Amino acid sequence: MPNPMKIRATAKDGVTEVKVLMNHEMETGFRKDSSGAVIPAWFITDVTAKLKDKVVMQAQWGASVSKNPFLAFKIKGGAAGDKVVVTWTDNKGETRTDETTIA
Amino acid sequence: MTTLPTTSRRGFLRGASALGLAVSALAALPRLALAAWNKAAFDAKALPDAYKAMGVENPTASADVQLIASDIAENGAVVPVQAISKIPNTTQISFLVEKNPNTLAALFDIGPDMLPDVTTRLKMGQTSNVIALVKADGKYFTATKEIKVTLGGCGG
Repeated sequence: MPNPMKIRATAKDGVTEVKVLMNHEMETGFRKDSSGAVIPAWFITDVTAKLKDKVVMQAQWGASVSKNPFLAFKIKGGAAGDKVVVTWTDNKGETRTDETTIA
Repeated sequence: MTTLPTTSRRGFLRGASALGLAVSALAALPRLALAAWNKAAFDAKALPDAYKAMGVENPTASADVQLIASDIAENGAVVPVQAISKIPNTTQISFLVEKNPNTLAALFDIGPDMLPDVTTRLKMGQTSNVIALVKADGKYFTATKEIKVTLGGCGG
């Protein structure tokens, strides 16, 4: 089971800023281990965010995104207490969903 | 779609959305039907190839695209980047690192409920131009910034 994300969402002047910190190795597939064998690529490919069950953000990622990825984006609307849900899927098919309420 | 390389983004999107619809119709998956991950674009090894796979034609530099990042990244493994578009009807923002083994780093679809302002952190193997690519009304606009890397992020 992948480790949880940290999500923070703050609403201000009709805009909700969402900051997400994910737990993921984001292995590029270009690195080698100590015996010289290539470490297979393992990274998040898809990220989706929902505000009150409506999709507001979709992203596709490559292996160039840093390990333990950070993501910040802004959505229109949203008020304190609304639910924000973030989901990622990696190239091995693993997925993780976490949620927070807007502060 | 299956035999020819994707030459038009529109055609790709049409195929992708049809696939997405088919998938979502078949199974009520808890997760969303996403636009298909653009493997060709993420596998591209050079900027022209990435542009081609993304269907980007004639990208023009624009002062209305802002790429915010520091001039020097001490650690290439964690390079914070932010892209803001002031162009109306921005529907997509991507980050590309010209000298990375895979040029395209991240692609964000900007929906109607989102502001064209995204921040993330990228890995950079070496000093390179980083490009924020914005799609608006089917046209492409860029902002480019060279970020110097003193310690690479892709070494073993």
